[in-house]
Amino acid sequence: MTELAASELFDCRVAFAETLLELAAEDHRIVAVCNDSVGSSNLVGFKERYPDRLVNVGIAEQNMVGVAAGLANAGLVPFVCAAAPFLTGRALEQIKADVAYSGYHVVLCGMSPGMAYGQLGATHHSIEDLSWLRAIADLDIVVPADPQQTAQAVRWAAAARRGAFLRIPRFKVPAISEPHSPFRLGQADVLREGSDIAIIAAGSMVSRALEAAAQLQADDIGARVLNMATISPIDRDAILAAAETGAIVTVEEATVTGGLGSAVASLVVECRPVPMRILGIPRAFAPTGSAGFLLEYFGLTADHIAQEARKVLARRHG
Amino acid sequence: MTNTLGSDPHAANAWSRRRAAIAAAPPAERAALLAAEARAARRDIVRTIGHARLGHIGGDLSIIDVLTTLYNGVLHVTPEEPEWPARDRLVLSKGHCSCALYVTLARAGFISRSDLADFAADLSPLNGHPAHGKVPGVEFSTGPLGHGLSEAVGVALGTKLQAGSSRVYVVLGDGELQEGSNWEAAMAAAQYGLANLVATVDRNRLQQGARTEETNHLEPLAAKWAAFGWKVIEADGHDHGQLLTAYRSEPDGRPAVVIAHTVKGKGVSFMEDRVEWHHKVPTEDQVSQALAEPAQ
Repeated sequence: MTELAASELFDCRVAFAETLLELAAEDHRIVAVCNDSVGSSNLVGFKERYPDRLVNVGIAEQNMVGVAAGLANAGLVPFVCAAAPFLTGRALEQIKADVAYSGYHVVLCGMSPGMAYGQLGATHHSIEDLSWLRAIADLDIVVPADPQQTAQAVRWAAAARRGAFLRIPRFKVPAISEPHSPFRLGQADVLREGSDIAIIAAGSMVSRALEAAAQLQADDIGARVLNMATISPIDRDAILAAAETGAIVTVEEATVTGGLGSAVASLVVECRPVPMRILGIPRAFAPTGSAGFLLEYFGLTADHIAQEARKVLARRHG
Repeated sequence: MTNTLGSDPHAANAWSRRRAAIAAAPPAERAALLAAEARAARRDIVRTIGHARLGHIGGDLSIIDVLTTLYNGVLHVTPEEPEWPARDRLVLSKGHCSCALYVTLARAGFISRSDLADFAADLSPLNGHPAHGKVPGVEFSTGPLGHGLSEAVGVALGTKLQAGSSRVYVVLGDGELQEGSNWEAAMAAAQYGLANLVATVDRNRLQQGARTEETNHLEPLAAKWAAFGWKVIEADGHDHGQLLTAYRSEPDGRPAVVIAHTVKGKGVSFMEDRVEWHHKVPTEDQVSQALAEPAQ
């Protein structure tokens, strides 16, 4: 087991909630909006401290997002906190029309994304969110990889000028980003240098990509690892630089149709074609299983990432 | 064509004088002044749609008396500073009636009346459905139905949380109420006791393809709103006196809804209450005929 795999794991919702509380103390315009999800969004502390600034509209996601746009119109800065599958699926048109197209600064916080809900099943998995939202103009999409980056992304979002979606991991992850480095929209972080292949990952997959790179190093394969925390707008320069290695693997806890891998592939194929492998969840609804099991089931492990990287390299050299 | 619309000081001054005259007039005269203004707005709608060859003329004509009453006798807004934080808000949830809104905004000086010639033209800011950020005075980008009431609830709640004085007016179609999101918003408005929120239902009883009651019936509509915790006021949606009374009724702690009984295509005899005039465009002859009618 690598050092990273043995390190302490964090639920990023904790960092999210702590940072939101800090921001609320600094800025009276910040309000939280939720759909009966006070507990699952870790808003209990917010509710105790700022009961009037927690807007719980009940189990009504369309209204939740429309109300948030209205709160923004009234001069407030709403953080909408709800389980990612329902926030993005149920209220997609409100996200498009009321937030993005209307140009309002609403921070949409998709909690427990990917397959974090495990055995609760495919209805509760949010693997389509990145694809759906990436198709919407004027909406920034941010997928933090660890608690530190979650906190910084929340701070960035509070000061943003337009709508943003933050995908807040629930599946526990190790700390991998530099402490106190501010979040920069649209800029990938190179976590490890390498010139044989690039692994571009987001969210819960970043730490696994780092582990895979360590495995590849043992075979003298230098793998660059990018934490692509902004899915939209995508970091073109970092991707084209990654293509210079000659091979790319992308990894995301999301469907392979339309998310990070698609964003990277469309740029690479147009500007600098190289062999690529897109790892994620294929066009399938997950079987019953814990979140950890499902990540293994769909090959979203360090071992499998390393194995796929070797295959891409073989294609490149073949 | 201009890509950035701005206020028209001449029109804004005329609007300001008109508002003052309406405010100072005795009730009967007040209604007559509003009726004259609505007649002029109807002519603008017919001309604008006839020129653009696109629009939702039936709904525009059914809602124009409501919009005229709100902008000339109710709303605290400033055409020269459309984003004034303390302004009252008008949310047009039935965004397909953008032409009626653009005409009203032009007659209040938010934009220029000459801009109306660009309605729905290529690259015009005056889109077929209104877009926030493109047109001064448009609060939200509406068009998909069932969005405006939630947005208005958010504004009203945000105002209340900040102890603001703004009042929020949202105009809904009746067919639009078939969208379930309206009833999510209606529950929330009552839950939060949004006495600063006033909805208007354009109850013209027609939707795009048929009568509302033959499609997915809405009655008993007043009882539905009352059951959701709203104060309900019914009014003739073409009677400016009744509308003014409705909008000026004292808040009682609940959100209020004015069910405005209207006639789709009102004011043009051959369009009135006829389903095909939802978004049919009048020919040149029909435009002339409409403008020659006594109601105009």
